[in-house]
Amino acid sequence: MGAPEANTQITDPSKRYHAGVLKYAQMGYWNPDYEPKDTDVLAVFRITPQEGVDPIEAAAAVAGESSTATWTVVWTDRLTACDMYRAKAYRVEPVPGQEGQYFCWVAYDLDLFEEGSIANLTASIIGNVFSFKPLKAARLEDMRLPVAYIKTFRGPPTGIVVERERLEKYGRPLLGATMKPKLGLSGKNYGRVVYEALRGGLDFTKDDENINSQPFMHWRDRFLYCMEGVNQAAAQTGEIKGHYLNITAGTMEEMYRRAEFARELGSCIVMVDLIIGWTAIQSISNWCRENDMILHMHRAGHGTYTRQKSHGVSFRVIAKWLRLAGVDHLHAGTAVGKLEGDPNTVQGFYNVCREMVTKQDFQRGILFEQDWASTKRVLPVASGGIHAGQMHQLLDLFGDDVVLQFGGGTIGHPMGIQAGAQANRVALETMVLARNEGRDIINEGPEILSDAAKWCQPLRAALDTWGEITFNYASTDTSDFVPTPSVA
Amino acid sequence: MRITQGAFSFLPDLTDQQIGKQVEYCLEQGWAVALEYTDDPHPRNTYWQMWGLPMFDLRDPAGVVQELNACRDANPEHYIRINAFDSTKGWESVRLSFIVQRPSDEPGFRLNREEGAGRNLRYTLDSYAVRRSPEGQRYAR
Repeated sequence: MGAPEANTQITDPSKRYHAGVLKYAQMGYWNPDYEPKDTDVLAVFRITPQEGVDPIEAAAAVAGESSTATWTVVWTDRLTACDMYRAKAYRVEPVPGQEGQYFCWVAYDLDLFEEGSIANLTASIIGNVFSFKPLKAARLEDMRLPVAYIKTFRGPPTGIVVERERLEKYGRPLLGATMKPKLGLSGKNYGRVVYEALRGGLDFTKDDENINSQPFMHWRDRFLYCMEGVNQAAAQTGEIKGHYLNITAGTMEEMYRRAEFARELGSCIVMVDLIIGWTAIQSISNWCRENDMILHMHRAGHGTYTRQKSHGVSFRVIAKWLRLAGVDHLHAGTAVGKLEGDPNTVQGFYNVCREMVTKQDFQRGILFEQDWASTKRVLPVASGGIHAGQMHQLLDLFGDDVVLQFGGGTIGHPMGIQAGAQANRVALETMVLARNEGRDIINEGPEILSDAAKWCQPLRAALDTWGEITFNYASTDTSDFVPTPSVA
Repeated sequence: MRITQGAFSFLPDLTDQQIGKQVEYCLEQGWAVALEYTDDPHPRNTYWQMWGLPMFDLRDPAGVVQELNACRDANPEHYIRINAFDSTKGWESVRLSFIVQRPSDEPGFRLNREEGAGRNLRYTLDSYAVRRSPEGQRYAR
């Protein structure tokens, strides 16, 4: 650590506001005695200072650059209540086992932020600071959002409880599948896959993130044929079914146009991609709220900034922002599938989505207790490389309030799509029944599945095809506080 | 056809012993168990007939199965479901629901398509059983 005076706030105004350059700590952005207020926004950053940069000064710079500071002293500070507006770094600690990395805690006064605007929050918290030269890298690890701030957001338009009441589906995970191949099918062929999967036993089917309105299938065709499949399957099963119609488009006007058409056709759900941006998300969330529509969020693009631990934004923070911005479904990882995610970290994301108070839980990467002040629950979605043979693991990891999506595991079934869907649904119901009966599904899971496969041939075929498939690679985004468990 | 509403419709019909175990699970969670029946199983028919009030104070699964049998005797060709209700803050909703009796013959639903402008379609579902008879006489014995 540097010389003590370098890290001490200069309190004499004539020295503090003398033109020139001071350390950020000297300017008042480091205050180890600061006691965060209940109404403060709190953030933890992982920072990697450049060689020779004092971590405390680096933390003060993070606080400064994400609030009021610029690189030099400005006298115009003195026209404001600047002591209050300055963010305060109040704690710096080395990251366990990561040389050169530090966690720094920063407190922001509530008045730094506009109510009900994630765009405003993010412009501060992940604005200039991530390009700041004295840091090699920075990552926003977690945030604590005060209740006073939470209450300025409307949150999910539907939420888990109301979604289940609308669908009349309780006590088990919902089942979905993404249509494959994700690009190239004509509208008519695409609707066929929707129909077969829903008829076979799934609750939802899904457009993939990059299905919009391409030459092979224009969006209106897709909507019309998908709704034919949805309604046909509903009539033949007596269940409410849905297809996440992707309304992502180049402009907000076009997105509203697609949303209106989905509503006209009687769809219960629409979807957007994360890449549309925070303002667009909040706008479409309002539209969904006014039109009784469930909003599915596909987190396309997040891996560019969430995956590497040294730089970016943790997905747990993105999940918090999305719960406030107002989405009903959110892809939050599978732990056992083909995409990044260690089980503890992924469970942490699920807790952010689903709990009314998210408890501090270092093992799962949750650094702050977060009171959601009755903000509705977001239904997490597990999608990507999962199959019926993992049903016991998925149910054990995630419980009932999750959408399990088996795309390839439904459509690639050797006996056809309906058989694939049936295999998944039978595996699911069998496992829920067994868990409720008090059986130890983690150890008895494979046996429970093979017993059901004795009377369900499609499940037998699914287990024979995929039973041994695992994606056992080391995760990059892991907890810093416990050894990372393996899932295989 | 077989209506697949409820948590366990893809499994063979549950035995009374299996039903008892599910009820036991619900009671362990602190949920109140209720019985409902209907002969209008349209997926958007939210309000089935209540067989009495939710059994808020009943802690014995055998008592629920006894009530179920009374409901079955009175409504031998109706759909009957068990709902488990959670009054915890933030849920205050049904947490498990499954069918425990269904009619011997399930004719299912007709899909109506009303053609609109362009290629637009308006869809409704229509229960064959509801269409052919009034309430109480819809499923033959």
